[in-house]
Amino acid sequence: MQEYCKLSANQLKEDIASKNIKAADIASSLISRYDKVEPKINGFAHFDKEILLGRADTIDKDPKGPKNSPLNKVPVVIKDNICVENELTTCASKILDGFRPPYDATVVAKLKSSGALLAGKANMDEFAFGSSCETSCYGPTKNPYDLNRIPGGSSGGSAALVAADETVLALGSDTGGSIRQPAALCGVVGMKPTYGRVSRYGLIAFGSSLDQIGPITKDVTDSAILLSVISGYDPMDSTSVDISVPDYTKSLAEDVKGLKIGLPREYFIEGLDKDVKERVSAAISVLKELGAEFIEISLPHTEYAVSVYYIVGCSEASSNLARFDGVQYGSRENRDSLMDMYKATRKRGFGPEARRRIILGTYSLSSGYYDAYYLKAQKVRMLIKNDFDEAFKRCGLILTPTSPTPAFKIGEKIKDPLSMYLSDIFTIPANLAGIPAISIPCGYSKEGGLPIGLQLMAKHFDEETLIRTAYTYEQNANWKKVRPNL
Amino acid sequence: MDIKKDTIRYVADLARIGLDSGEEELFAKQLNDILHYMDKLNKLDTKGVEPMSHAASMGNVFRKDKIERSLSSEQALKNSPDKKDSFFKVPRIIE
Repeated sequence: MQEYCKLSANQLKEDIASKNIKAADIASSLISRYDKVEPKINGFAHFDKEILLGRADTIDKDPKGPKNSPLNKVPVVIKDNICVENELTTCASKILDGFRPPYDATVVAKLKSSGALLAGKANMDEFAFGSSCETSCYGPTKNPYDLNRIPGGSSGGSAALVAADETVLALGSDTGGSIRQPAALCGVVGMKPTYGRVSRYGLIAFGSSLDQIGPITKDVTDSAILLSVISGYDPMDSTSVDISVPDYTKSLAEDVKGLKIGLPREYFIEGLDKDVKERVSAAISVLKELGAEFIEISLPHTEYAVSVYYIVGCSEASSNLARFDGVQYGSRENRDSLMDMYKATRKRGFGPEARRRIILGTYSLSSGYYDAYYLKAQKVRMLIKNDFDEAFKRCGLILTPTSPTPAFKIGEKIKDPLSMYLSDIFTIPANLAGIPAISIPCGYSKEGGLPIGLQLMAKHFDEETLIRTAYTYEQNANWKKVRPNL
Repeated sequence: MDIKKDTIRYVADLARIGLDSGEEELFAKQLNDILHYMDKLNKLDTKGVEPMSHAASMGNVFRKDKIERSLSSEQALKNSPDKKDSFFKVPRIIE
C-alpha cells in the first residue's frame, strides 16, 4: 500500500491533484501505518478507525468537495488538549476521562473547513506539564529514532507521529517550548507563533499568558502552509490580535543576504552538548556563506527565565485547573461531602506532576508569598522582555540551539523535577516575551544518530523572517536526512 | 525559607487536592529544591520595574451586549458525571 504519510503536505497535495487520490485511500494508508508502527511509538492518545473512515467518506461524498482548499484530504493529528467536537479530548489525564467537547476549537474548525483529514488525538504530557511525554496517563511516547528515549514534550505525541510518518501534519501547543523541544528531539519542524497570532479558543488552558498553538511538520514549507490556515483574529479569544495574516507561503524564498542574526552569548554555555554545539555551529557557517551576518548579542536575564516561567506558569495552571473538580466533566470520586469529593477526585484524577505544579502555583499565589514569588516573577519577566527589545534593535533574528542536549533516556529525569525543568532553558524565554520562534532540524548526534534542532526567534508578528530564514537553511543544509528505522 | 510537611498539607487543602502521607514529604523536598533554585530571583533589583501582565500589551476587550450562540443546557450537561434535570448534581452542601 502507498504510504501517503511519508510525503510532506505539499507533495501529497500535488499527488492528490494529479492522481485523484480519494480521502478513503489516505485513511486506509494511515490505518495500515498505524497498525505497523504505533505499537512501538505510542504517539496517539486517541485513534478511532471508524471515525477516521467515516470522515474520509464524508469528504469523498461532498459534491462541492474541498478540491481547491489548502489542506484538501491532508491528514492532521491534533494534540489532545485541543477540543474536537464529540471526540475524546482528555489532556492525557484521568481527570478528563471520557470527555467529549460539545464544540470545536477555532483551529479545528479552520482545519475542517480547509478540507483536512483529522486523524486523531496526539499523546502529550498530562495537561502539557512536562518535557518528555512521560507524565501522560496513557504511558510515554517513544522517540522514533531510539525507542528507549523520550520524544520530548509536552507535544511529544505530535512530534513523534510526524517523524514516524503516522501523520503528515500535527498541531501542538507551546507554553515553554512544548512544540519546539519535541520537534528538535524528533527531527521535525515546530513553530510557536507570536502570542495572539493563533486563536486559543478550545485549547484547554495551562498558562494563559504563555500558551500558543502551532504547527509541527516535516519541513518548513508545510509549516508555512499550516500556519496560514490556523492564524488570524478570533472574537472568541480576547487575546488574539486583530491584524491581517500574510500568506506565509510567500516567505518560502531563499534569501538571507544582509540579514543580521544575533547569537546570544548566554545560550552558548558550558554544559551545552558537544554534538549540539557542533551542529548549530555548522548551520551558522551555512547561513554565513549565504550572506547572513552574525553578531554576538547579550540577553543578560536569561538565567532567570526558568524560575520566572515556573512561577508564572504554575500560578496560572493552578487557577486554570481549578475547574476540574468532578462536577462539569470527566471523572468523579463519590464522597459524602462536597469537599471530600473535590479532594478525592483531584487526587485520583491528577498525576504527581500535575499535583506538584498546582501546589507550587497555589503556594506562590497564597497570602504572604504573592509578592515574593508571583509579583517578583512578573517584574523579572519584564526585564527578560526588555532584553529582547534591546537585542532586536541590533539584529533581525536570534539563533540558538533548541535544546541543550539530544533526547534523553526514558526515566532519566522523571524523578528529579528540577533537572527536567532545566531542559527547557532555551525555549522558555520566547514564551515569556511572547515572540515567535521555530525549531528546525540541523543534523544528528555522532553517537546514536539522534536528531538535533536549532531555534530561530524573531520580533512580535515577524513569522515571515523566521520562515524565510528557516527555509533558506533547509534548502542549503549540508547533511542528509535520515528516516527513523521502524 | 523551608517548606514543611504541614505547609504542603495546608496548600494542598487550598487547592482541594488530597495527598498520601508519603507524598507530603516528597513534595516538601521537591518544592524546597525548586524554590531554592528560584531564590536567585532575589539577587535582582527590580525596584521601579513594572510587572508584566501580558505578552502583547492590549487594553480590555469588549463585545456588543447581544445574545450570541451558546450551548444548550443538554449539551452543557452532557459530560457531567452526575446530573438531575437541568442541573449538575453534587453532594449535599446544606445540612
